[in-house]
Amino acid sequence: MGVIEAQELRRTYKTSTGTFRRKSLEVEAVRGVTFAVEPGELFGLLGPNGAGKTTTIKMLITLLIPTGGTARVLGYDVVKDAREVRRRIGYVFGGERGLYDRLSGLDNLRYFAELYAVPPREMRARIGELLELVGLNGRENERVEGYSRGMRQRLHIARGLLHDPPVVFLDEPTIGVDPVGARELRATIAQLVAGGKTVLLTTHYMFEADQLCDRIAVISKGEIVAEGTPADLKANVTDGRVVEIEVFGIEDAAVERVRTLDGVRSVNVEPREQAQVLVVQTDGRELTHALLGHLDGAQVGRVSAREPTLEDAYVALVSES
Amino acid sequence: MRNARLVFFGWFLNLKMMMRSAFNGVLSVVWPMFFATTAFFMYRAGHDQHTLLFASLGASVMGIWSATSTSASSVLQRERRHGTLELMAAAPANFALVLLPISVAMTTVGLYSMIATLLWGHFVFGIEMHLVHPLLFVLAVPVTIASVGALGFLLSVACVRYRSAWALGNALEYPVWLICGFLVPLALLPAWVGPLSWILAPTFGVRAIREAALGGSPLGDLLAAAGLGAAYFATGVALAEVVLRSARRTAALALS
Repeated sequence: MGVIEAQELRRTYKTSTGTFRRKSLEVEAVRGVTFAVEPGELFGLLGPNGAGKTTTIKMLITLLIPTGGTARVLGYDVVKDAREVRRRIGYVFGGERGLYDRLSGLDNLRYFAELYAVPPREMRARIGELLELVGLNGRENERVEGYSRGMRQRLHIARGLLHDPPVVFLDEPTIGVDPVGARELRATIAQLVAGGKTVLLTTHYMFEADQLCDRIAVISKGEIVAEGTPADLKANVTDGRVVEIEVFGIEDAAVERVRTLDGVRSVNVEPREQAQVLVVQTDGRELTHALLGHLDGAQVGRVSAREPTLEDAYVALVSES
Repeated sequence: MRNARLVFFGWFLNLKMMMRSAFNGVLSVVWPMFFATTAFFMYRAGHDQHTLLFASLGASVMGIWSATSTSASSVLQRERRHGTLELMAAAPANFALVLLPISVAMTTVGLYSMIATLLWGHFVFGIEMHLVHPLLFVLAVPVTIASVGALGFLLSVACVRYRSAWALGNALEYPVWLICGFLVPLALLPAWVGPLSWILAPTFGVRAIREAALGGSPLGDLLAAAGLGAAYFATGVALAEVVLRSARRTAALALS
């Protein structure tokens, strides 16, 4: 039995447009997501912004009720046994929000320790351990409004671990954190897994998922488009090649022509200053001349070819879906 | 015991946050004086100490109402904006007990507001505080504050489900001053205001405080205020988990 199990999980949001003639709309944020996370595993949910990662995690941590499907955490249903689930999970999200800025880091931790019914006798020691773990000891009496982004994020992690939950959900924990801070946070996350916790991590940083996760599910437009170990996902593209063509002022029609070329797996246009870079994944055949032939009208700059990376695998999966 | 700790600590931290905001602090200090000044200028023409004390007591309950009921809903909206409402909802604690300290903290500010209003009226405008039933007055004040706090708690529960309910709290602030007879006696208002005022605990609270201070029989009003306060509180507790579930269904816990 998986520690976290999602079965055909769905979530639809109702929204409306217009001011006087309001039209009601339904947005399907998550469309039948199924996956299972094993004990002690670090499972990554990887996808672009708006793919449905946060909605999925919010259903699993009982903040949203699914509109379809089921989900269980440690055998407890996230809808019927919400309180049992809450007792056993920790939730950490990225960004500036989720803390009381006018209070000290210590007061924030003490308040959430009360919310999670941490026994008073254990509270002081537990908070001390966590401050040590996240490297905030000595700064706990300062107000959170003076904390850097990285410090806030570390405080978030400490908050999520106060009641020593066996399962931890981390929703884009390194977003907006500088490279050094992000590296420290990744080290802390690795420590959690080494300590026996089961972790579900959402991120849109490929290298982060590659470095940390035992398994990854790639989510795009509310659906899981691939699942496996980082090595499995890389294997999907190792037989291919990536051609990068610098172009100036490429038209959409030309991109579409390239996309339909035999042997092309995916095409992505990345803006770079005044130029764009056409990143074309092929099935391994030499297609450079054919590609250039399909770019009539566009001014071409530097052309290069390389072996595909895990990021290319991710981009291919997301752009194909 | 655990629940009492949660409520106490929540109350303490909410007060701490309010005190650390210079803007909130200044407003809390100035607001009651504004109420007392308004009441004095409305009634000074009569040069009657009895009337001035009537107005001063009404102004003091205005302060309680403004500090407690309307602020409770604004604070909930602040929690939503800061992303902490989701964290409160994601915790295993009883949700009513998570919300309650916010109203209790506001009630504490309301108590200060009442005392400040009466002192301002006394020292600046010379309004004498001769209490006819001092013991009943001492009983009427906490009952009124608690019943207004319970109404604030009920409003804050509604704010969990409806993102715009904080505006309702603000919209209610001034009408209640009139409907509950804080500034002018209810007898001067149209008859249709009567039934509206009967469902609002402050109506009975301010009447009990005035009758205890100026003479009369405040017990009936005291019981009515306490009964309504208990009803608001029980309704809030019963609804807290229901609105939380509804907010989880409609995704109302977050702004995004």
